[in-house]
Amino acid sequence: MLHIVNKSPSDRNSVDTCLGHVKPGSAVLFIEDAVYAATKGTVAEAKVKAVMPGVAVYVLEPDLNARGMQGRVLDGVKLVDYGGFVDLVTEHSTCQSWL
Amino acid sequence: MKIGILVNEGPYQHQASDSAYMFAKAAIAKGHEIFRVFFYHDGVNNASRLTAPPTDDRNVVNRWSQLAQDHNIDMVVCIAAAQRRGMMDDNEAKRQGKDASNIAPAFRISGLGQLVEAGIQCDRLVTFGD
Repeated sequence: MLHIVNKSPSDRNSVDTCLGHVKPGSAVLFIEDAVYAATKGTVAEAKVKAVMPGVAVYVLEPDLNARGMQGRVLDGVKLVDYGGFVDLVTEHSTCQSWL
Repeated sequence: MKIGILVNEGPYQHQASDSAYMFAKAAIAKGHEIFRVFFYHDGVNNASRLTAPPTDDRNVVNRWSQLAQDHNIDMVVCIAAAQRRGMMDDNEAKRQGKDASNIAPAFRISGLGQLVEAGIQCDRLVTFGD
């Protein structure tokens, strides 16, 4: 399953809720303001790192760059463009947007 | 693959409509079919023909209309959400006794059943909202 999150961890608890539900083998994609969850030094850092061994974590690069956060991405988080976003949706049988 | 898109937010206030548009474009570029884009809640405001953003800004409404026309995408506006927000086609304007309609080209007004159908017919349904 692909989990899509679009809210900053400093704004709402969507990232937290999502990370609490992901199962090993699933993937998480951070888009829009959720890209902050993929960067170093946020309240979400430890939680994101904790799920990463079994869960693939991605961040939407155009949204990351739009917020000037390039170069601050957590180790192990993979960058995708919109084409990569589409691939993630098609590669997983279901997707859930955590709004 | 057959993909459906649900847009729950209006233009300019939130990134949802922009994200959905960029996603749709990328999916088409990869050879996928966008079966339907369903505009729900404040998302119905993406269909207003009367928007006039500054010329140096993206035109969210025209961009959707153009994409739909270029790739024959069915773009459906939820009727109940539209009525609440003053989004009308000619038929609806007449029925409600309004003096104008405001729906942009390539959008059509229909019911929630169209969203359910998209959920059934599509291989994937992706939600964009706030």
